[in-house]
Amino acid sequence: MRVVAHKTSVTVAFIILFSGLSGYAQESHIGSLVGNAKHGKALYQRYCIFCHGPQGDGNGESAPYLDPKPRDFTKATFKCRSTPSGDLPLDSDLYDTITRGVHASGMPSWRPLLRQERADLVAYIKTFSPRFREEPPVAPIQVPPEPPTSAESVKRGSQVFQSMNCGLCHGKEGRGNGPSAASLTDTRGYPIRPFDLTSGTRLKCGDSDVGIFRDLTTGLDGTPMPSFASALKPDQIWDLVHYIATLRAAAKAADAR
Amino acid sequence: MGIGGIRSAGALLLLVMLFVSVRPALAIPAFARKYGLPCSACHAAWPMLNNFGQTFKDNGYQLGNGRDAPIYQQPDYWPITFRVTPQWHRESNDRVAVDKIAGNTSSGQVEASVASSGFDTSSIDILTGGTLSNNISFLIQPFINNGSSSLAQTWVRFDNLARTRWLNLKVGKFELDEPISQERNLLLSNIGGSYYNYFFTPPGDRSFAGLGGNQLGAELSGHSENDYTRYSVALINTFPNQTYNAYANFTQSFELPKLGLQRFGAYAYLGQSPTYFQTSGGAPIAGGGLGNRSFYRAGAYGMWYVGKFDFDTFYLHGQDNVFLGNGVPANQPSALPAGAAGPAWNGGFVEAHYTYNPRFILIGKYELIRMSRQANPGIRSDLGNLDNWAVGYRWYPIMNPRAGLAWVQEYSRLLNTGAAPLSGRDDINGSLLMGFDFDF
Repeated sequence: MRVVAHKTSVTVAFIILFSGLSGYAQESHIGSLVGNAKHGKALYQRYCIFCHGPQGDGNGESAPYLDPKPRDFTKATFKCRSTPSGDLPLDSDLYDTITRGVHASGMPSWRPLLRQERADLVAYIKTFSPRFREEPPVAPIQVPPEPPTSAESVKRGSQVFQSMNCGLCHGKEGRGNGPSAASLTDTRGYPIRPFDLTSGTRLKCGDSDVGIFRDLTTGLDGTPMPSFASALKPDQIWDLVHYIATLRAAAKAADAR
Repeated sequence: MGIGGIRSAGALLLLVMLFVSVRPALAIPAFARKYGLPCSACHAAWPMLNNFGQTFKDNGYQLGNGRDAPIYQQPDYWPITFRVTPQWHRESNDRVAVDKIAGNTSSGQVEASVASSGFDTSSIDILTGGTLSNNISFLIQPFINNGSSSLAQTWVRFDNLARTRWLNLKVGKFELDEPISQERNLLLSNIGGSYYNYFFTPPGDRSFAGLGGNQLGAELSGHSENDYTRYSVALINTFPNQTYNAYANFTQSFELPKLGLQRFGAYAYLGQSPTYFQTSGGAPIAGGGLGNRSFYRAGAYGMWYVGKFDFDTFYLHGQDNVFLGNGVPANQPSALPAGAAGPAWNGGFVEAHYTYNPRFILIGKYELIRMSRQANPGIRSDLGNLDNWAVGYRWYPIMNPRAGLAWVQEYSRLLNTGAAPLSGRDDINGSLLMGFDFDF
């Protein structure tokens, strides 16, 4: 009788432990929200499957007609992150991308979905790649306080833009027409165009100065846009952010006129 | 339960499982073709919108992802959708005035039950819409029915005026921003397919056509980014009418943990209607309405979500001027019956949905109208009251990249109090419908 009870308790403990671990792998955590992959699957089938595909590999039925192509979740390579280049994004990064959408692509803003639904989607998207189960979460990069914009910082930023050869892709004037622009491809081999910094349109990963600082620091994984975390000091990156802001402001002013 | 019963139940269960088995929800027409999204992205169950679809609509059929302008569309993209509903239906009315001897008009009349059934086609909705450029959207919806055609809707909308989503101007013929869209009614039958509260006028009334039809005018509207807060104000007038009516609707939504999005709001439709016309040789002159008198419809509503269940609740209070209510020209007050008053009534409905998955939805509706004051005290107090209930389901076996098809079955019943033509007893109508609702 005692043996049976012991076996039963071990089995129960195993089930609890197993279900607990697998349950955690099927979750997302965004602030106080806990996303559930099972719920996220139903939402994925309703909202996402047509572009990202049943397997999450970016080969949905609409994919052939979309430019840029939908993200391949199985690779776990994401453009918009707050983590260093090559690392997995935070759950909140994926949540923010779903919420914000990706401008100039087929990906709309899903802000009209409930916050819980977006968290559930994040949990399900993570199930497409084993990396989310195997790799521990990585700490986000630190964004130092933004120094005030000044003519000097913009000028220094312009010099950084030149010295880092940003113009090779983005063009001398930031118009996205650099000499390399026509031949760029993403990691899946699809042609990709550098962003026209003078267009004044929304940036893919957010429009704030902090967002641009983060993009320059983390790079946009899966694209030719590298991380400048090791090549530039934080204050140099802020200078570059201020210079880019002037390009965008000029376009917005012209648009408003 | 015997073995036979168990077998039957098992077979039924299997059939149900086959029907409702979860498969990826892929759908389309015109907008989905443009953006590559499944129709289930915008529709809780087509044609009923979810919040994402409502936001898309409120944005002027724009996703705001930098791909809205027509320049981004494939040159061969054709922004058009057809909607047709071939069906079989049976209609019954238990109190029709019929000649005692068929064909003999002098034989007197009695009330009899009449039922008819057969295959039928619905009207054809042709819908083309989208964007003319960034922030200029349009919709044209021709409507063909039994050889005649009309424009159900045709409008142009200027979106995000002054760069704010709180200012959008629509001009043309359009569906009012109704609390619960009549155009997107999931029920199709003759009896269950309308919201009676939207079209109701009391017996003998000469009021306007109701807030349910598409109407001509201009609408100013706006909404928050997630569409949780939204408003619309419309000025309505159909040429050559000289009266202008106003409609306003405000909606607020909030999230409840574990339940979902909850919406509530209030609306009002105020206006005037002529009670008589200038005439020429005795014939009314178009646009020559005189003796305008007022009417209003106002109420509140809620859309409540509990997991896969949702409930639309709607309340309306209506009141018409005494001249409108009695159909008496305002320049002939002596023609009013003694004790005449402006008719008033209350109404409402509850419509419940169970969305098992994007491919299968159960629908149930109960609607009622109760007169609270008759225009003519000589009329029985409950004449005009009605009760309608409907049940049905829609199953979407096809929701593929270019078309959607639903199998629809529904039954509805309508009780009109005191409406029997001879006896003045209650009149009961029934409607059974099954058919295909498809668009491509």
